[in-house]
Amino acid sequence: MARELLEQARTGDALTVRLNGAWRIENIAAIEAALAQLSQAGAQRIIVDARSLEELDLSGAWLLREHLQSLQGAGGQVEFTGEPPSQFAFLEEISAQQLEETAAVERRSGWRNPLGWLGRVSVQQWHHAIDGVGYLGRVAVTGLRSLRPRHLRLASITRHIYETGIQAIPIVSLIAFLISVIIAYLSAQQLRQFGAEIFTVDLVAIAVLREMGVLLTAIIVAGRSGSAFAAEIGVMRLNDEIDALHSMGVDPWEVLVLPRLIGLLIALPLLTVVADAMGLAGGALLSSLLLDISLTQFIPRLQDALAPTTFWAGLIKAPVFAALIAMVGTYRGMQVRDSSRELGRLTTVAVVESIFLVIFADAIFAIVFVELDF
Amino acid sequence: MNQPAPIISVRNVVNRFGAQTVHDGVSLDVLPGEVLGIVGGSGTGKSVLLRTMLGLHRPVSGEVLVEGRNVCGASDEELLEVKRRYGVTFQHGALFSSLTVAQNIQLPIREYFDASPATLAALTELRLRMVGLSPDAAAKLPSQLSGGMIKLAALARALALDPTLLFLDEPTAGLDPISAASFDELVSYLHRELQLTIVMITHDLDTLLATCNRVAVIIDSKIVVDTLDGIMKNPHPWIQEYFHGPRARAAVAGARPGKGK
Repeated sequence: MARELLEQARTGDALTVRLNGAWRIENIAAIEAALAQLSQAGAQRIIVDARSLEELDLSGAWLLREHLQSLQGAGGQVEFTGEPPSQFAFLEEISAQQLEETAAVERRSGWRNPLGWLGRVSVQQWHHAIDGVGYLGRVAVTGLRSLRPRHLRLASITRHIYETGIQAIPIVSLIAFLISVIIAYLSAQQLRQFGAEIFTVDLVAIAVLREMGVLLTAIIVAGRSGSAFAAEIGVMRLNDEIDALHSMGVDPWEVLVLPRLIGLLIALPLLTVVADAMGLAGGALLSSLLLDISLTQFIPRLQDALAPTTFWAGLIKAPVFAALIAMVGTYRGMQVRDSSRELGRLTTVAVVESIFLVIFADAIFAIVFVELDF
Repeated sequence: MNQPAPIISVRNVVNRFGAQTVHDGVSLDVLPGEVLGIVGGSGTGKSVLLRTMLGLHRPVSGEVLVEGRNVCGASDEELLEVKRRYGVTFQHGALFSSLTVAQNIQLPIREYFDASPATLAALTELRLRMVGLSPDAAAKLPSQLSGGMIKLAALARALALDPTLLFLDEPTAGLDPISAASFDELVSYLHRELQLTIVMITHDLDTLLATCNRVAVIIDSKIVVDTLDGIMKNPHPWIQEYFHGPRARAAVAGARPGKGK
């Protein structure tokens, strides 16, 4: 900058302040620095000379005015040489207007009050638990009510079967295939030490059919569709679309939640069958390449290895996982309020929670199946 | 009369969405220091035209020159230099929902300049006061504001950098008549005292009559630009209906005497 924005000279009890250059927002840092230098220093009168001011925008004028006011408050008298800049009249006007106070924003105390925090979190969690149970009940009631024809949205259910099921086939197949290759490879290495490579077939078949097929499918679907459910419904919430449905007398649970739930209840078992088939194919391929177990040996061995219940022990879990994923996804979506940050947070929560619940449910199934000798 | 060089020059812009042609060779100059109102029926592409001027939408053909530079061809740095002097309000406010009103206003200032927290607070108060919002709205999140307050907060954000060029998309829609009138005053002031150039899409005839120097009407994918008086005498049936329909008469009657002052 060629010239100082502000020059001050002291004569007697008067301080003359000459303003130069461009007082624009672009020079905000320089304006700040210049105003910081300007101090009353015992002067009774402060004479502001704005005649050589090249440019003054509202930001500059506002900062200058605030500073001059604070000087005036401290006992100095501010005068202008000639007319004050025209911006001042406008600023005077807007700062004089009476503005309606808006209602105060609720402030939450943070960590500083640990006891209060603990109490608030406990109450919150209690409300969340009640809310969750309420949601479950609501969906159940809606489900029962929509058993009448015309209330079951077949078009919507079909769309969700397509989006959550058919579109997921490539990725589910690929992952099931790769996982069974990994299991086959690892177990072949271990079993070779005992000369029992043929049992690789048993291991792969049981692992894929009982556990891996359905569990991996559920986890992929939770990541793909659980997040999509939460995000779709969350955006509708942000746009007041849910309220619009309510106001039309259309039950949002019936048109949004139930089709997703039913769609996934149908799609996930079907995907599990695909994953099982691809898993066995992966095991067969690796066996023939690595262990010299040809397909003609593989299939009889497979038939021996599998109990009649093995396949069903996996598949029976699929609808349970589907219900968990769909419920958590739509529930979190419905909880979105206010902001896009909330949307992101709840979508994340939906995915993490549904994966956790799927694995937790799987553990319970494992224990129950062992006890039942299923 | 010798016309000054236009700030924005839209030349033969064609915009098409699928089979639907929205703009079919639209040309429009925005002159420095004017308030230009853009009107047109619903779905005639007013917002698309605004987005095209801002460089947010690439036209099928034609070009948009901002201070002589082609928006579509200019480098990012060149455009940034221009954009810094823009202020834009969008139809639905487009406030960042995870930031408070104060943070929304401060965001562009922080992005470009190095200002202390005290200065930022002072500038935030100025913007809020300019649009007639109480400074205690600063701490609120957009979701805690009413529809009208969101409009005002969005305008406050658009004014954050003391722009020389202001784009407003339906700024008074959803405001009560008193807020709308004080908005008109604000626009008139910004235009008169600060020589701001303002491009405004509006359906509000009161705002149009109170603030605009020239009016651009989009009809049949083309544009008609004229002064306010000129456009009201235009024989096109839609324009006649617009300016002389039952709703328009009251607004015109209300505004005319004021013009004579």
